[in-house]
Amino acid sequence: MKTWQCVVCGFIYDEAKGLPEDGIQAGTRWEDIPADWSCPDCGVAKADFEMVEAVAA
Amino acid sequence: MDPIVIIGSGLAGYTVAREFRKLEPAASLVVVSRDEASSYSKPMLSNALAAGKGAAQIANATAAQMAEQLKARVLAGAEAASIDTAGRVLQLGGDAIRYSKLVLALGADPISVPIDGDAAADVLQVNDLAGYARFRAAIEGRKRIALLGAGLIGCEFANDLAAAGYGVEVIDPAPRPLGRLLPEVAATRVRAALEAVGVRWHFGTAASAVSRTASGLRIALANGDEIEADVVLSAIGLRPRTQLAQRAGLKTSRGIVTDRFLQTSAPEVYALGDCAEVEGRVLPFVMPIMQAARALARTLAGAPTPVIYPAMPVVVKTPAMPAVVCPPPAMAGAWRVIEDAAGVEALYEEEAGRLTGFALVGAACVRKNALANALQPD
Repeated sequence: MKTWQCVVCGFIYDEAKGLPEDGIQAGTRWEDIPADWSCPDCGVAKADFEMVEAVAA
Repeated sequence: MDPIVIIGSGLAGYTVAREFRKLEPAASLVVVSRDEASSYSKPMLSNALAAGKGAAQIANATAAQMAEQLKARVLAGAEAASIDTAGRVLQLGGDAIRYSKLVLALGADPISVPIDGDAAADVLQVNDLAGYARFRAAIEGRKRIALLGAGLIGCEFANDLAAAGYGVEVIDPAPRPLGRLLPEVAATRVRAALEAVGVRWHFGTAASAVSRTASGLRIALANGDEIEADVVLSAIGLRPRTQLAQRAGLKTSRGIVTDRFLQTSAPEVYALGDCAEVEGRVLPFVMPIMQAARALARTLAGAPTPVIYPAMPVVVKTPAMPAVVCPPPAMAGAWRVIEDAAGVEALYEEEAGRLTGFALVGAACVRKNALANALQPD
């Protein structure tokens, strides 16, 4: 499981945790998130390629 | 045709450029920046320690990489001197650039309060990546940080520094943290949680002087107390940069005044982001900037588009006690509070129970999307 960070606002998506309140189950891989998904903190689109793989904490 | 010229390479400037490029692959575009024009996430500056990042890792693209990505000329280290709005010319020191449309994405300056003492000039501010690099160099190997300001940025820095093992003292004239964003019951939770990770608060007072001692700095407070620290960081707030616009004769108030189309009082000159006052509101947060950038990109591409703000929750990145707030546009109602041991949900309601804002703390933060969807676009 990986974590991804929005380069615009720093929001972290953790595949292990998912975003249950956004309808994304725990364990959902980044590539399986719909293309029309956007960063819940800043609204950046997934398609903008602005998430980068975060360094494992 | 003369290029579209964007002044500013922060989130606002680069996002307009990127969104515009999606619509207009070939149009000529110039980005002018007074700094080195690297692209980075400003909100990350106040939680980079916990993320294990230094200033160099926060920058995600250099000016050259951005120029290639955006197919634009990126002029780094270029200070905009003046604008001739009648002739549509931007003066950059010795150079002049003619523009077809000009975008002011100038940002904001940190507010600094007058402070006495022989070390007053050593008080640091973090308003950009270079400022962050200076701050990180200053705290390297040190232990005690005094923070001026318990607002959003002050609280985020306090949490980040405390989690990294620094002793943190926060000074603010307000009676509690996040006073302008959170209702008291929610702010009290943040206060207690940050205290539990080691933050010491000094509310209801302000720093009056900073002086050198044999071992560091001494901060004298207006209430007579004294604090010892190695580094003092000021995070009091931001003031829109309006000087360039004023000199060009543009209408300014708190910020550069624009309508819903981000159009200033001068033809073909637009403003957005921390420098702009859009229909009376200055919204120096990420989400409004993204909305404004997308609308403005369409306008620049020939389809005039007003900015419409959806509900835009502001996330306070204090992992010790996370908070989310969607401030009500007008204080014409009252807070209704639901709280338990794990968090606080505060709903701002006007007459007939109409929800116009909310504040969430702790476990209640999971309600962010549900509540944001319940608010009407504005």
